[in-house]
Amino acid sequence: MTASARLAWICGGLLVALTAVALGSLLVGAAPVAPRAVLDLVTGRGPLAGTDRTVILAIRLPRIIAALLAGAALAVAGAGFQALTRNPLAEPSILGVSAGAAFGVVLGQVSGLGQGIVDALGLTALGFAGALVAGVTVYLIASTAGGLPVHTLLLAGVIVGIFFSSAITVLISIVDTNRLGGVIHWLLGSVAPIPPASLGVFAMATAAGLWMVLGQARALNLLSLGDEGALELGVDAQRVKRRVFAGAALLTGTVVAFVGPIGFVGLIVPQALRMLLGPDTRVLVPAALLAGGAFLLAADTLARTVVAPAELSVGVLTSFCGAPFFIWLLRSRAGRTAP
Amino acid sequence: MTPLCEFRSVGFAYPQGAHGRPPFEIRDLSLALSPGEVLGLIGPNAAGKTTVIRLLSRVLEPSRGEIRIAGEAASQLSRAAVARQVAVVPQDVPQGFPYTVEQLVLMGRFPHAPGRFFESREDLEIAREAMAVTGVAALAAEPMDRLSGGERQRVVLARALAQRPRLLVLDEPTAHLDLRYQAECVALLRRLHRDEGLGILLVSHDLNLAAEVSDRVLLMAGGSVVDAGAPEDVIREPALEAVYGCRVVVDKHPETRRPTVNVAWPQGEATMGG
Repeated sequence: MTASARLAWICGGLLVALTAVALGSLLVGAAPVAPRAVLDLVTGRGPLAGTDRTVILAIRLPRIIAALLAGAALAVAGAGFQALTRNPLAEPSILGVSAGAAFGVVLGQVSGLGQGIVDALGLTALGFAGALVAGVTVYLIASTAGGLPVHTLLLAGVIVGIFFSSAITVLISIVDTNRLGGVIHWLLGSVAPIPPASLGVFAMATAAGLWMVLGQARALNLLSLGDEGALELGVDAQRVKRRVFAGAALLTGTVVAFVGPIGFVGLIVPQALRMLLGPDTRVLVPAALLAGGAFLLAADTLARTVVAPAELSVGVLTSFCGAPFFIWLLRSRAGRTAP
Repeated sequence: MTPLCEFRSVGFAYPQGAHGRPPFEIRDLSLALSPGEVLGLIGPNAAGKTTVIRLLSRVLEPSRGEIRIAGEAASQLSRAAVARQVAVVPQDVPQGFPYTVEQLVLMGRFPHAPGRFFESREDLEIAREAMAVTGVAALAAEPMDRLSGGERQRVVLARALAQRPRLLVLDEPTAHLDLRYQAECVALLRRLHRDEGLGILLVSHDLNLAAEVSDRVLLMAGGSVVDAGAPEDVIREPALEAVYGCRVVVDKHPETRRPTVNVAWPQGEATMGG
């Protein structure tokens, strides 16, 4: 089987899984809606008004799309950061990039940006800027002449993450208390229905980030040979790194702007896929796009149903899965590199 | 005939020296390698051999002088264009993500179509042929991190051959190989040289290897060329002793009549770095 046929099969399989999760997510929720009515509404044959219509088309569907976009963007960002740093532990939240983006977004929120499309653009831009600043800082702290050592990188990520988290705390403690409820809920990472126009911004920023990472996928494979090895094979290593970094930061910033800093999706999904499918970035990135979307949607569906009519925040749920996974990964990696 | 690669009075200095020492410098280095020639580059540690490789593959850019590849100024060529002419076989590949042997060898096809997402069928055929030539075809599906040092070396050589270069740069090619594979490596280099007319720049600490396979050798020390010529003219006791700072005995190989070098092992009076 050729590489492209293999990729088509993998994506086909993941697309089926994603569709199944999306259908399941449409059918369950706090307000009971009959499966028949859901199908009618989604296929455009349902009633033109009514509670069912509002629940499905204005609440569940936008939320499903937001979860799919967020999961996809985070997983692609994770795959990009991992290939870029040649480190399977790299991920937006561990690298402190999420916290940087969150600081940018909180800055926008406390200065009055809300739900409109212009606000959405502004928050995305601020998230992107925050992610860039945090990422560059981590890189400057961790890089040595010999590259990016694993422990220095993780340590730098933690430090930068703590710094921006503290900065967020400072920011929210000096603003009006009655605005804090929303900010804190958002900081835990939660998917809420997003208005269509803003959803369009979300989708476009995700597509741009994906394009920046996927376009360098083959060169990213060569980057695993080290900068010098990649240069010898004709890869302009600095340009590839800059593009992928910008793409992954854009993806992270966007997700943080719309659904908050959701941790570990960018770690678990690419990592699990790498174990199943091998390290080829050209396969990993498209697969992460689909699997990341399906994973976060499944997690969000759980988050809004297990304690219905109340809700868990999806970030809490992914961290519950992610933390043990990270520990296991760190242990198995340490076991492999020890003599 | 246009040389495959040519250094014209090349100068280069690293921005800063290690441990407070003055930065290492290459001064006024000139060399030329004709198509189909095997040039051995020898010299002690810190002679500048690796820097020459880095300059040639454009990992580093010279600060003075000019490097020409197949008659064109290297600085005017794209990185991919350089990689289509010059393939470097490093001493080892870093242990990163566990790519398979076939995936790694296919990476050698990148410079031929950097814009392509997946390699073509032709790329795959070229990669398989290269794996067959270096005897790693049976390992195609193995992840790199499960191979021995010798196997990895042959995979990296296969990747360089998949580049279909005109000049092959070998950095310590036999460092990880046992005697049998060293012999096979030499046989392979000779065959590539004879059948494909490949130019070879052999950078090695192994003076016997360099003497055996090179048409010409270049002796470097402290960033400059000390001597150049046929192996039997350069590999001589006084020149080597001056450059390496230890006593050596140069003899002739009983079969090939090429020079062989043996260290005259000191009997306890010398000290390290003394």
